[in-house]
Amino acid sequence: MLPAAVLLLVFLTYPLGLGTWLGFTDTKIGRGGEWVGLENYAFLWGDSVTRLALFNTIFYTAIASVIKFALGLWLALLLNKHLPFKAFFRAVVLLPFIVPTALSAIAFWWIYDSQFSILSWGLVKLGLIDRYIDFLGEPWNARLATIAANIWRGVPFVAITLLAGLQTISPSYYEAASLDGASPWQQFRHVTLPLLTPIIAVVMTFSVLFTFTDFQLIYVLTRGGPLNATHLMATLSFQRAIPGGALGEGAAIATAMVPFLLAAILVSYFGLQRRAWQQGGGDK
Amino acid sequence: MSESTAAQRDAPPATADSQGMNYLVSLPRRIVTVYVPLGAFLVVLLFPFYWMIVTTFKPNEELLSREGNPFWVKNPTFAHIRKLLFDTSYPDWLWNTILISVVATFVSIACSVLAAYAIERLRFKGSRYVGMSIFLAYLVPPSILFIPLAQIIYQLQLFDTRLALILTYPTFLIPFCTWLLMGYFKSIPFELEECALIDGASRWQILTKIVLPLAVPGLISAGIFAFTLSWNEFIYALTFVSSSEVKTVPVGVITELVEGDVYHWGALMAGALFGSLPVAVLYSFFVEYYVSGLTGAVKE
Repeated sequence: MLPAAVLLLVFLTYPLGLGTWLGFTDTKIGRGGEWVGLENYAFLWGDSVTRLALFNTIFYTAIASVIKFALGLWLALLLNKHLPFKAFFRAVVLLPFIVPTALSAIAFWWIYDSQFSILSWGLVKLGLIDRYIDFLGEPWNARLATIAANIWRGVPFVAITLLAGLQTISPSYYEAASLDGASPWQQFRHVTLPLLTPIIAVVMTFSVLFTFTDFQLIYVLTRGGPLNATHLMATLSFQRAIPGGALGEGAAIATAMVPFLLAAILVSYFGLQRRAWQQGGGDK
Repeated sequence: MSESTAAQRDAPPATADSQGMNYLVSLPRRIVTVYVPLGAFLVVLLFPFYWMIVTTFKPNEELLSREGNPFWVKNPTFAHIRKLLFDTSYPDWLWNTILISVVATFVSIACSVLAAYAIERLRFKGSRYVGMSIFLAYLVPPSILFIPLAQIIYQLQLFDTRLALILTYPTFLIPFCTWLLMGYFKSIPFELEECALIDGASRWQILTKIVLPLAVPGLISAGIFAFTLSWNEFIYALTFVSSSEVKTVPVGVITELVEGDVYHWGALMAGALFGSLPVAVLYSFFVEYYVSGLTGAVKE
């Protein structure tokens, strides 16, 4: 059984190490590479498309995560009430998270179609716009459209995990708070939020992580276009490495994501510890 | 953001009224603060699926017209489904996806059981760190690993085979399943195993006869999770496989049903629908396990 664990580690760390190494070489598909040091990174730093992709990734992650958190928390609070068919609602809410992202992205692609978009149709009929919106054809439209699709997919995860957190909060706190005359908003602010913070930290770490490294949605909806406006680090690295053949360069882009991810993990990890300590919890 | 904070301000009975203070909140108020937002959430979350279904059965002339009511099908047709099943390799993709997901799931579960048990119960030096690194390994996303893995796949001459996917999927399944199962194993009382040890059971017997039967819910959670994750996997399947016969559903639909500028929306939607149905059905049978797996993994 010990070998199983060791094997696992080797199997997982090797590709990661290899990836980092590839980032320092000029490997192409079908031919080994030479060590080129920091050349890839130097090139990428000066590459306007890469910079744009970095900006897009941060923008995409920041906006999508904040909205996912807000909507997810709201949905979790709604689901935490006594409702008829609660289990059913919970099951239905998770659906977007279950189905293959690539496939639901196709549905969004059709919803965003420039000529037959149902959204445009609805807005035109309501008299709000007079021309069909080119959702995926304009840089800013495309950015916002992909963010919306990402939020659609991510909200269920946030909501369901936060709901699990909410359910662990004992009702007696709320009883005590309402007896002391706390308004519902005060109850939320001073009872729910502090008790929920640890789980919020974990959930948001996951959410940020998955949003930051998102690939499927963008690949299906826009392939990084129009004018590279929606390229994320992950899609750019794919495009340079596989169709473009420059494995080394792609690996460098992928490796460049790691520091950002580590930062996200550390922030939430330390955030978590601080909270545990504030609540009087000892070291685990 | 502002919209939702405002809503939370309006709707804070959210937390209060589940606590037996219901009688303080009148029905009309409840409708506005709970049912209307909840309904809106459900409509938005489910609309793409509804749209998928409607599009699947719509004939082309209805799809490409701006007249009439687009939310309903006037003359339902099976043409798109027929095209999908007989004019494309869709059945092959479906079969590949099933095969790859099932095999990868079983391999991962087997490895994870051993790894999780080892970490949790055989207290070797540094087992805590191994557990921690397993968790970190889970956090390493496929978008970082696909390039080096592609290199490895080329070198092993596995490129464009189903085996390539079966071998690479466990790299993200095992850490997750191990992490999940560690939680379950932790909850099994240590005393049970001590009793068995005293009665002369070997480690292997303890694992198969005591721990595993008790961890069945955990195994189911892990299995469902692993299956859906491998079913939904996209980037590895896109990178490591190129011929039509070995593609999986998500990749096949994206790469082969889209031809130039002519989009066969009906067939695309049918493909997406049938690719989503199996996981959705499986999920509906095991919702509780899935949710407990999801939340358990996060809570740890």
